[in-house]
Amino acid sequence: MISVSRTSRRLPRAASLRAPAALPPTGLPGLVPEFSRLVEVPETSLAATGSTLAVTRTWHLLDNGPELLSQGTPILGTVLCVHGNPTWSYLWRDLVAQATDAAALATGTGPGAGAPGAWRVIAVDQLDMGFSERTGVARPLARRVRDLADLTDALGLEGPVVTFGHDWGGSISLGWAVDHPELLAGIMLLNTAVHQPAAFPVPAPLRLALRRSVLGTATVATPAFLATTLALAHPSLAPDVKAAYRAPYRSAARRGGIGAFVADIPVALTHESRPELDRVAEALRALTVPALMLWGPRDPIFSDRYLDDLVERMPHADVHRFEGSGHLVMEDSPYAAMALGWLGARVAPGVPTAPAAPTEAAAVATTAPVTGAEASVAGDPAAIAYRPLWHYLDELQGSDETALVDMNPGAAATGPRVVTWRLLSRRVRQIAAGLVSIGVKPGDRVSLLVPPGADLTAVLYACVRIGAIVVVADAGLGLKGLTRAVRGARPDHVIGAAPGLMAARALGWPGQKIATARFPAAVARSLGVKHTLASLIARGRATGAVLPPEPAPTDVAAVLFTSGSTGPAKGVVYTHDQLSKVSYALFTQYGVGRGTGLVAGFAPFALLGPALGARSVTPDMDVTSPKTLTATAVAAAVAAIDATVVFLSPAALANVVATADALSAADHAALAGVRSFLSAGAPVSEPLLAAAAHLMPGATAHTPYGMTEGLLMADITLEGIREASAPAVIPVTDAASESPAAPGGVCVGTATATTRIRISALDAAGLAVGELSEASGVTGEIVVSAPHVKDHYDRLWSTDAASKRGAPTGERWHRTGDVGHLDEAGRLWVEGRMQHLIVTAEGVVTPVGPEQRVESVAAVARAAIVGVGPVGTQHLVAVVETVLPSRRVALAGADLASAVRASVADAGGPPLAAVLVVPRLPTDIRHNSKIDRSKLSRWASGVLAGGRMRQP
Amino acid sequence: MTDSEAPDAPVPAKPAAAKPRAAKPAAPKPVAPKPAAAKPAALKPAAAKPRAAKPASAKPASAKPARVKSRAVKRAPQLRVFVTGASGFLGRAVAAELVAAGHDVTCFQRRASGVTGATDALGSITDAARVAAAIAGHDAVVHLAAKVSLAGDPADFEAVNVGGTRILLAAATDAGASRFVYVSSPSVAHAGASLVGLDALPADPEHARGDYARTKARAELLALAADSEALRVVAVRPHLVWGPGDTQLVARIVERARAGRLPLLGHGAALIDTTYVDNAASAIRAALDRVDADGAHGVHGRAYVITNGEPRPVAELLAGMCRAAGVRPPAWRVPASVARGAGSLIEAGWRLRPGVDEPPMTRFLAEQLSTAHWFDQRRTRADLRWMPAVSLDEGFARLERSYRGA
Repeated sequence: MISVSRTSRRLPRAASLRAPAALPPTGLPGLVPEFSRLVEVPETSLAATGSTLAVTRTWHLLDNGPELLSQGTPILGTVLCVHGNPTWSYLWRDLVAQATDAAALATGTGPGAGAPGAWRVIAVDQLDMGFSERTGVARPLARRVRDLADLTDALGLEGPVVTFGHDWGGSISLGWAVDHPELLAGIMLLNTAVHQPAAFPVPAPLRLALRRSVLGTATVATPAFLATTLALAHPSLAPDVKAAYRAPYRSAARRGGIGAFVADIPVALTHESRPELDRVAEALRALTVPALMLWGPRDPIFSDRYLDDLVERMPHADVHRFEGSGHLVMEDSPYAAMALGWLGARVAPGVPTAPAAPTEAAAVATTAPVTGAEASVAGDPAAIAYRPLWHYLDELQGSDETALVDMNPGAAATGPRVVTWRLLSRRVRQIAAGLVSIGVKPGDRVSLLVPPGADLTAVLYACVRIGAIVVVADAGLGLKGLTRAVRGARPDHVIGAAPGLMAARALGWPGQKIATARFPAAVARSLGVKHTLASLIARGRATGAVLPPEPAPTDVAAVLFTSGSTGPAKGVVYTHDQLSKVSYALFTQYGVGRGTGLVAGFAPFALLGPALGARSVTPDMDVTSPKTLTATAVAAAVAAIDATVVFLSPAALANVVATADALSAADHAALAGVRSFLSAGAPVSEPLLAAAAHLMPGATAHTPYGMTEGLLMADITLEGIREASAPAVIPVTDAASESPAAPGGVCVGTATATTRIRISALDAAGLAVGELSEASGVTGEIVVSAPHVKDHYDRLWSTDAASKRGAPTGERWHRTGDVGHLDEAGRLWVEGRMQHLIVTAEGVVTPVGPEQRVESVAAVARAAIVGVGPVGTQHLVAVVETVLPSRRVALAGADLASAVRASVADAGGPPLAAVLVVPRLPTDIRHNSKIDRSKLSRWASGVLAGGRMRQP
Repeated sequence: MTDSEAPDAPVPAKPAAAKPRAAKPAAPKPVAPKPAAAKPAALKPAAAKPRAAKPASAKPASAKPARVKSRAVKRAPQLRVFVTGASGFLGRAVAAELVAAGHDVTCFQRRASGVTGATDALGSITDAARVAAAIAGHDAVVHLAAKVSLAGDPADFEAVNVGGTRILLAAATDAGASRFVYVSSPSVAHAGASLVGLDALPADPEHARGDYARTKARAELLALAADSEALRVVAVRPHLVWGPGDTQLVARIVERARAGRLPLLGHGAALIDTTYVDNAASAIRAALDRVDADGAHGVHGRAYVITNGEPRPVAELLAGMCRAAGVRPPAWRVPASVARGAGSLIEAGWRLRPGVDEPPMTRFLAEQLSTAHWFDQRRTRADLRWMPAVSLDEGFARLERSYRGA
């Protein structure tokens, strides 16, 4: 029976007026009138018997089924789309259109992914909403869930069905989903919620709308609620689209459903819809069908918090957050294409309607994020034993040998701080136990805003030991990027030094705050700090440092953020096993192992010192500015622990070389004991590496090739660089000619022991479409596989799927976004970034080779080659910094221009349209070395079109 | 600047004007970098030059034959070709190219073409009877004659460019010719703001700037509309044709630079694509060869922009021409906005002085010289089976040799 809702009494009389359904007006942008239809649906009782009442309701819905039928396209299944409040089926117009377009391509390669068929999309207007009937009766959640079932019964809908809901349509679609397991093949959601966590307040905008005094006015009598919602798009909706959203809600009589929907939000435990919402929310936990959540984080209502709640209920769900999108994620993002791509990948086409089993099979059909993928990785890598990161901390817990030396432990200290294995092991266990005692659980995310040093090392190992996931984003992202990264990573806890915690406070980063140092009480309060490292240690000691069970090798250990030089920084997820294999790679490549003395001047690898059993020393430097590291400081660090291995960043390396004059005889003697040193993070020039090698005459100089997603993929020594530096020829891949790309670019050496490197060849348009191949001389995207490549990107399902495109089944490969080739000796040459390819009428040009030629011109200090004009008919432009720095932006003079042109042409390269001189090329924040060629290309395009000659 | 090649101007009203015009085929407009000395000044000396320049222009042609012949032997049938405007800079080069390719060439214009190996027929294309008589017996028409100017009586443009083309099309049809190459200009479709990597758009008389572009656009539409089974028509639009013997673009630039009156508009970095004269001629020959082809890459009924496919900053182009002539390149600048403003004023002033030749600067020209103008050449090269044989830098070298020899 239908209970008369209390809420209805809070709404204006207009809310109880009745009106028949109608078809939408024609001419609404993007809406195809042919997909609109009206359906008569007998209403059944909510009572257990489900008997049919003597009422029929008329629905308006979008449905491409008849169109697919008339085309004779086989139907793969149905996507049942349910809008929220205050929208209507219009929001699904792109999905209906694209699913139908895919049908036209069904013989080929539509987004339906290789299936001979297409998805039927049914997008409903809920009763009292859109162009469906105004029933005049309140329709609480349970009624609406039943309404939807009545509709699908009336349609005789057969499986497989994938539900798709937005906003409160999410709860309703999920209600239908849990009630129809025999039809259900998957669920998809846009920003929605099924549960209001008690710990958090109801979002302010809803609280306001729910006020008795406001509700009726805001939602029904005036279009305020509607207008507010439609203003949430990023960027703003086009006026005609906005008008289309408003079309069914032109008068108060049309808006009753909007008010009723808001009134039906079960904020109070006693609300009549609460039991139904709780039923649905709990039933989700039993769902095993594939799930996709597409989320716009800039949503004042359904923030990431609600996404977390959903993921907690459905841990197997695929998630893609569209950084920068908001509540109207369907307007802000390419959600439709992504949803169709996901259906093709995850909900295998042709899933039979038989219950249960098939969907399971579908779910494992492609990449499950955490897999036993190593098991199928060919050869040795699989045989490498898993050794947890805390292996040596356990093994050496009774050892008084030195584990860590911090050459500059802080202002208060006098002289270096020496930490033995015994002490380090104990500290780690105490902190770990302390963390557990304050509620840090396995799987919790802990953001580390601690500068490199002994504290960071101890905290890091404590976190991973108890199964907490460490989130590492560095200041190189800039404050804005860092904020976005930390928010997106949704830490449960933040451990930081003062600057990090102040930023966390000021910018409202989430998570329980823990300080590495003790602050005055008032400061601690103002920063929201509840605990300090010291208090954790004390707590841990009090508990006897008893630790919980170890996490499994397949559990997630860390989320590391990329530099964000191309779009928002991405969180890169590693499991314990994968991080352990990073250690193994360092061990095999550089011989860093038990007892090795290691100067840890490059953070990511340095943190692994204890995992390797190495004795590591942090040199005296301002860690936030590697440029401050001096040669003397390196020598002192080497001497302190008789180091044989030195890891430095490129920026540090330059200053070390620059300050070499200050080295004493004793310093030189200490440095002579170094056996190998490594400059990691960005390419360095041969002369710089050679100068550094000169300071460490007994050492082999290395530079590794890697990225956040694969920290050590290839390696080359100084000798290797010299061997490889035969004159490069500029590669022009010519689709028409037989000859493959000639070598060019930067040689980064051969794959490390457990790594495989392949190339996905470029087509004439510069797309990496080739099968993964080890053929030499072919230019394409560099694709890597190793036990220590990333597991997946955090909550970026589509980005992650793209990074694994073309990987052999069961193997974990990563598309690097770098472009290059292998030579006959198996060495890898990097020719640039995929997004920096220049597609000319004669073929694809990679930038690094020509840049090297231009840099061979005496007057040129640094060069970038970029394209201007439309892809396919682009022309090359050289943008250069001169040895005598130019004070302004200008066309190169005749002599310089002709020398630059000749340098490229002489090597068989393509002609340059223009040579521009700039005072400074724009570079990335983190390394200050990677030139932002995309930005430069846009700038050059403007200047060369006749625009102003401003700084790039 | 955009109007490139510009053939010969027939029907001069006065003998005095006739000479320079006839000589001037190439791009008249480009001259204008600078507001002052304008056409009249430039035109007169130009009248003297053509002769001196002619041998120079023949040189590249003689350098080319090897390539030309091999092609001609391969697939171009020997045709009787009727070339209008052959006393102009480009027209002469085209006629020479066709002669070298083994065609039987008749040059039709008001005065002797001077093309070795071709037959001259004198007359104006506005004279229907004369045209009909001269065209009889020809298989093909290459139509370059036009009134090229930035100013003048609109009725003259209409009569020569539109009327002349109409007469020629009718005569070609009556004579049973099967091929017709209409030599047009990118300005028929691209007005004003910067052009970056565009392919040829349809001619658009409504929006074309100035009487020349507007009438050329109308004529191109007429020509392409006449494309039929019997008469295959193609339109080619060379952009900024230059080379040795060019009395307009190159000669005027050099002369002004020599007088210290050649400024750069703006910073001079706008990318401009030009066409070395031999490349324009070989492209027109290729269009003539290909106009009867059908299929996906059939060219008849279509329009093609022709360039070297080597855009360069305008300052480098001007400097390259000056250096080739042994003159100091321009070193002073006029802000582009000032030039555009000045152009508007001068244009307005010129309207009050009918009868005088072209204004020294127009808004259109200022825009042309301070914004990018370069084109997507993929379709052109694929369809015409043509590649420019002379690079920009080789062109400058040849120009330099011609100045040295002169």
